[in-house]
Amino acid sequence: MIITKPKAPKKILEMMRPYKRIFIVGCGTCSTTCQTGGEEQVEEMAKRVGMKVIGKAVVESPCDLRLVKRDLGKSKQLLNKADALLILSCGAGAQVLAEHTGKVIIPGLDTVFIGKIERIGRLYERCRACADCIIFETGGICPIVRCSKGLLNGPCGGMANGKCEAGGHTRDCAWVLIYNALRQQGRLELFTKFRPPMDRSNKAQPQEVVSR
Amino acid sequence: MPRKAYSELMKAIAAGKFVFTGEIQPKKTVNFDDVIRVAKVLKEHVVACNVTDNPRAHGYLSSLAAAHIIQKEVGMEAICQMTVRDRNRLALLSELLGAAALGIRNVLTMSGDHTSLSDNPASMPVYDLDTAQFVYMVRKMVDEGVDLEGNKIDGKVKLHVGIVGNPNADPLEVELLKIERKVRVGADFIQTQAVYDVEKAKGFLKEVQRYPVPVLLGIFPCRSYGVAEFIAKNVPGVSVPKDFMKELKKAEEVGNNSQIKSKIEDINIRYFTDFIKEIKRTTHASGIHIMAVGYESIVKTLVESV
Repeated sequence: MIITKPKAPKKILEMMRPYKRIFIVGCGTCSTTCQTGGEEQVEEMAKRVGMKVIGKAVVESPCDLRLVKRDLGKSKQLLNKADALLILSCGAGAQVLAEHTGKVIIPGLDTVFIGKIERIGRLYERCRACADCIIFETGGICPIVRCSKGLLNGPCGGMANGKCEAGGHTRDCAWVLIYNALRQQGRLELFTKFRPPMDRSNKAQPQEVVSR
Repeated sequence: MPRKAYSELMKAIAAGKFVFTGEIQPKKTVNFDDVIRVAKVLKEHVVACNVTDNPRAHGYLSSLAAAHIIQKEVGMEAICQMTVRDRNRLALLSELLGAAALGIRNVLTMSGDHTSLSDNPASMPVYDLDTAQFVYMVRKMVDEGVDLEGNKIDGKVKLHVGIVGNPNADPLEVELLKIERKVRVGADFIQTQAVYDVEKAKGFLKEVQRYPVPVLLGIFPCRSYGVAEFIAKNVPGVSVPKDFMKELKKAEEVGNNSQIKSKIEDINIRYFTDFIKEIKRTTHASGIHIMAVGYESIVKTLVESV
């Protein structure tokens, strides 16, 4: 799940100030689950913005251009009239809408991470899209995202009583979690395995998957 | 076959001497005066001296620059600390080449305290390499004369690469396995985090005895009760014995500054002399790393008393 959180209303209003006709777009997938850009939040935002709002829609997945075309087809005229679009989705969705409409885009949310939803109000980062998944050998725990230093050969000297120095020894040290998981699985030999430096070239440019 | 010793530190260890190393912490300054002053105080008493690299992620005068100056101006060998927190592999490579070219022979690899503890907490932590990978890179440079990608380096790289171990780590097994990994990759020496509990120190040294790498055990004399309290609160896992802290506190209660200073020194000398003697007598440690930051005056007395 792409986890988003609302921007401060003040910031949104500031971006919106020069524009008279606003069209609001929400997201029917991740932002609906996060309760940041579903039907309900789009309605609330429309009420808050007031008279400036000339239309609103929730696209099933604004990051999918095909669904944007499908779900916004019937709002074409209103969209054309809008000066700016206020988007309640992740950055990917907001950019698909920018490319598709050419309109001024006001991001209403900040994209924070790819993560796990435990329950409402309890969201945790679990993947950093490093493009080289190694959790098979780390007990199903990703050191890139769960170790504050992203170490492939941890832990570091900042571990105390199984906790991480970043954040004041409140969060579990990922490498202690990895050790415990591997020990439980009877695969402790994987812990001492040396992992060579990561090839980061695959993240050095905007990534594309073009298979056909 | 043991690796060739390029530095005074490694030569002394290879010769079977029980060595002492010191520690200098450059500050947020454009002057070398303080670094040079402390280096002069330490010079006769330690074989080499660590130069810290932005400890607690506070931005200070560079460790490489300070390490070079103490070697050139004071004639004391440096152990240049380098963290992987602030530099990617290109910057680390470049810094190592610079260090080797300047005649620095010892590098201590460290992760570096997390930027959340920084005086510039909005910094991006780098960690392109971790310390095991950093050791791997140094090995390639020294043993094969190439960088990580196999690009040839002009001239012989003469560097020793050290790692840090933490006898206070809990769970200790995790720390030991990590050390094992780094020794396998090719670390030349180990310096440990400060430890006060002699039994804990002995237990740790016994465990790492199975690795064929010399170990310098870290101690941190406290010039005041406040320092001891700071360590107890802020250095991961280090517990400062209650009795030692009580003694320091009591010493500060009566007397003028110089009397207090002398009482505090006595407490430290007593505590650490016994500690070092015990380590020297009962373990295979190659020496003691004295982190007397801001308390360099004690090093002479301490070294001479053992």
